[in-house]
Formats: sequence, structure tokens, C-alpha cells
Amino acid sequence: LAPWVPVVGLEIHAQISSNSKLFSGSQVQFAAPPNSLVSFFDASLPGTLPVLNRRCVEAAVMTGLALNCSINKKSLFDRKHYFYADLPAGYQITQQRVPIAVNGSLSYSLCIDNKMSQMVTKTVRIKQIQLEQDSGKSLHDDTRSQTLVDLNRAGVGLMEVVMEPDMCCGEEAAAAVRELQLILQTLGSSQAVMAEGQLRVDANVSVHHPGEPYGVRTEVKNINSIRFLAKAIDYEIQRQIEELENGGTILNETRAFDSKLGCTVPMRDKEGKQDYRFMPEPNLPPLILYDAKSLPANMNHQQVINIDWIHERLPDLPSVKRKKLVEQYGILPEHSFTLLNEDGLAEFFESVVKQTQMKPKKVIGWILKDLLSYLKQHSLTVKESPVSSFLLADLLNLLEKKEISSTAAKQVLAELWKGEGKTPLEIVKEQKLELLQDQKELEQICQAVIDGHKNEVIMMVLG
Amino acid sequence: QQVSVEVLEHLEHLALVDFRDAEGVERLQKAIQFADQLHEVNTDGVEPMDSVLEDRWCLYLREDDVTEGNCTKELLENAREKVEEYFVAPPGNIPLPKLEERETFLEGS
Repeated sequence: LAPWVPVVGLEIHAQISSNSKLFSGSQVQFAAPPNSLVSFFDASLPGTLPVLNRRCVEAAVMTGLALNCSINKKSLFDRKHYFYADLPAGYQITQQRVPIAVNGSLSYSLCIDNKMSQMVTKTVRIKQIQLEQDSGKSLHDDTRSQTLVDLNRAGVGLMEVVMEPDMCCGEEAAAAVRELQLILQTLGSSQAVMAEGQLRVDANVSVHHPGEPYGVRTEVKNINSIRFLAKAIDYEIQRQIEELENGGTILNETRAFDSKLGCTVPMRDKEGKQDYRFMPEPNLPPLILYDAKSLPANMNHQQVINIDWIHERLPDLPSVKRKKLVEQYGILPEHSFTLLNEDGLAEFFESVVKQTQMKPKKVIGWILKDLLSYLKQHSLTVKESPVSSFLLADLLNLLEKKEISSTAAKQVLAELWKGEGKTPLEIVKEQKLELLQDQKELEQICQAVIDGHKNEVIMMVLG
Repeated sequence: QQVSVEVLEHLEHLALVDFRDAEGVERLQKAIQFADQLHEVNTDGVEPMDSVLEDRWCLYLREDDVTEGNCTKELLENAREKVEEYFVAPPGNIPLPKLEERETFLEGS
């Protein structure tokens, strides 16, 4: 049987972290009374016009720069038409012709065979990033055969990030999305929390034989976590392979991932292929961005977005942060991945290192093995840790000064987890865990043990 | 140039309009003919213009402040049906009835 080559591309919608919406001044907030964060424009009442939010443009530029894109100094807005109850205007304002950023790349890392010590770096090309409006939310009430519509989300700014089909499996897609999530969170352009719908991923999947043209692709939607993303993609790849090997064909359709059953099912009803009848958005002139060279002389600062200014102020991206951690503290690359993967853990580690004489290479073990495993067991975030960096550093200092053994240190740590407010020194005294340093005292103890077990000693001497 | 029945049906389905009768279709064809006059201009090598403002800055950028919203009551006044501050809509899109089922028909086209 000829081998199959799976091909995976991604369309990611990231909600922009801003106070107000993309084209109106209503608030952006996750949970709020239905239809309370809706302006007349969001509800598509006649006579209203879109007004572009500066912060949303800056967020898209930052993201484009972080993903090595070319920023289009002139980009355009278009209307994408389709009918749905949560799209009151009957069209979505998006950027179909000329988006704000194009031709970028994202590097991500994978562990080979689940071994963190063997990491490989891969790259996925970013086709483009475009600004567009989010739609409202539909709640389907099947019992009363109706749909309830909440427009709070209608008009919230989105960045659609399109990743080329450079990935080959669920694991790669998951790793790429995770890295994108970290980048967005570092930039602050999106909080990218999948559970709150701030990051939505659709996967395009197809399979073909090497050397042959690409196969028909399906679109997989309704994926609610990074874990499910990998599962959904791998299932779909398998489904397509089995279908084709049994002589069937793949339909160019949209499928939904059913997390309970762990499979994909056909989604859209037979409306036939959608025709969005794209047209330029007549109410919005082109979006012009500037850089240091093209900056106009007399113009209101507030009306100018300078790409170079934004570039200079980009924070360290995760890949840079990891490198710095490895260089500065002598930890392993895989350690830096784990540190950045857990919100607040890198800061916690650095804080402990500052407060202790123990070498960072030793501290990292305590952070990644002891602290992290405890947090995971109790489903706590770093911020919720009952053991502060101060307490841990205090404990590690006792260990470093050889006042306690490492076994004793673990015991003290277990006690500290209880969060009863005791200091490490207090616990050591309470449980009498001090290491004896006095040579004479140690000899006396050893002699006493030998004296108390004369028979065993004779057996040992005789071999 | 005639507009075919298939194209008409497709347009009606997409835009949810009903061309009603032969007169409506005739009007559509005249409108297309009128617009086709644009083809008489040679636009080789000319970039399509989508704004008379061209490259001049004029897209106003708003500050990211919350200035609107909180008018649930007013908005819901427009709703024919509502349930606890939600708009009520049918369970899904209601498609145009099929050609055969419609009363008006593209007769004589």
C-alpha cells in the first residue's frame, strides 16, 4: 500500500484584546447581560457607520511583526455577505483583497517520541493576517424550535491568522497553535484563551500519495481546546485514509468535531457552495500605515500609526525569552519550554534564583519537579501557589547551607504546601530535621547503633 | 445577452429577492446592459479605484474608549419576538421556496 501524506492548514481567529469593538464604541467583555454591550451600529440599525478602532490596528500590526510578516502600508476593507441570525447586517466587514499583513512565519518546537530532551524546530508559513468583525452568538433552543440571539460579541475585533498547509499531523498543529497563543499573550494583542472563545481554530485537512496532487480537503470546526485540535485532526486524517482505501471519495465539506465521540461529523446543511459576493466596504477608505521614512510632516499624532515605532517597542517573544533563560541560568532548552508553558512559572523561577544562593541549575529541579507537579496535582496556577518564591528560596537556602538533607527538604516542602504560614526553619525545628554537623556526635551515634546490634555486626563481618 | 434562469435562481437565493415576473427580469437585464458600458473604456494598466481619496490618509482612527452600548431596552423595541433580552430568530435560515413552489414565476423569460 502506497504511503499517505497528510496535509494540514489552519485558520485561526484571535479576539483582539481591546476596550471597545472594531468599528464601534461598545464594550468588549466576555460575560455580560445579553444585548447590553451592543451599539446601534452593532445591531445594524440604518444610518449607522463603522469607525475604525486604533488599538485594533496596532494589535494587528504588532502580531504581524511578531510573525515576521510584511505589513501592508495600504490595506482595504471588504464586505462578505451571507445570511445568519447573528449577523444583523447580512455581511461581515473583513479584509479579503488586501489584508493588513502577509507572508510571515512561525517557528515552533516538537518533542520527538515524547522525549523532551529531543526537540526539533519546525516552521509554518503565515499566509496573511486580516482584521475582521466577530459575529453575535446564537443559542439554539431545539425544544421551542427557535434561536436566541445575543449581539454582545457582534463587532468585536478579530485577527484572522491563516497558516499555510505546512503541517502534517495533529501534534504539529497543536504545537504551532500553542506557540501562537504564547506570542499573542506576550504581545497582549489577544488573551487567546480558547475556553472563552478568544482563540478559535479551524483545520483544513487532506491526504494524498507522495508525488501526486493534493487531495480534496475538508474543513474541521468546533474545536474547543488544543488537545482536541490534535485529536480532531488525527481522526480526520485517519477517516480520509480509510475512506480512500475503501474506494470512497472525500467531499469538500465542513465537518464538526464531536469531543464526546472523538470523531468528526458533517456539519453544513446542503446549501451548496457559499457565494459571499465580496465587495469593497464603501464606508471605509483604505487604511494607511506609516513608517519612520514615510511619516507625514504635519499630521495629528493620534491619526498616525507608525510601524517602526511599534516594532521598536515589541516585547521579547517566547523564543527570545527561552534563549535568554538558557543563556543566563544554564538550564536546558526543554526546561525553558516548560517554564514558559506555565503562566507565571518563569517569573517564579527567576524570583527564587534571586533570593537563594543555590545555583539555578539546581533550583530548576525544585521548580519543575516538586513545585510544578504539586500545582498540577491540585489544579492550581502558579499565582495560586500556597508556597511563595520567598518561602521556597528560604527552604533552598537551608539545603544549600547543608543545614538539612534533601530528603528533609522535601518533607519541609510537603508541610509548606499546607499553607499554614510556618517558615521552613520553624518546620525544621518542629520535626527535628536538622542535619548533624558535629563529627564526634555522629561517631557516638554510629557506635551506639553498632553496639546495639552486635549479632548483625558479626554476620556482616563474616560476610 | 440573456440572463439564464439558473443565474437568476442563484441570485434570488443568495440575495433573498424575488424578481417576480418577466418585467422584473427585463429591468435587471437593462441594468446589466447599462453597467456593461463600463467595458468600453480601456483600463489596461490602470489600478481599479475603490476610493476617490486614493492614498491620502482619511480613514479616521478612533481612540479605544467605551462610549456606547447599554441600550438593551431600546434595541429590543425593534424585536418582533424576544425572550429575556434575547432576540428570537427561527431555528435556521429559511430558504426561498423552490422555483416550482412559487406563485409568481419567471414566465415569458
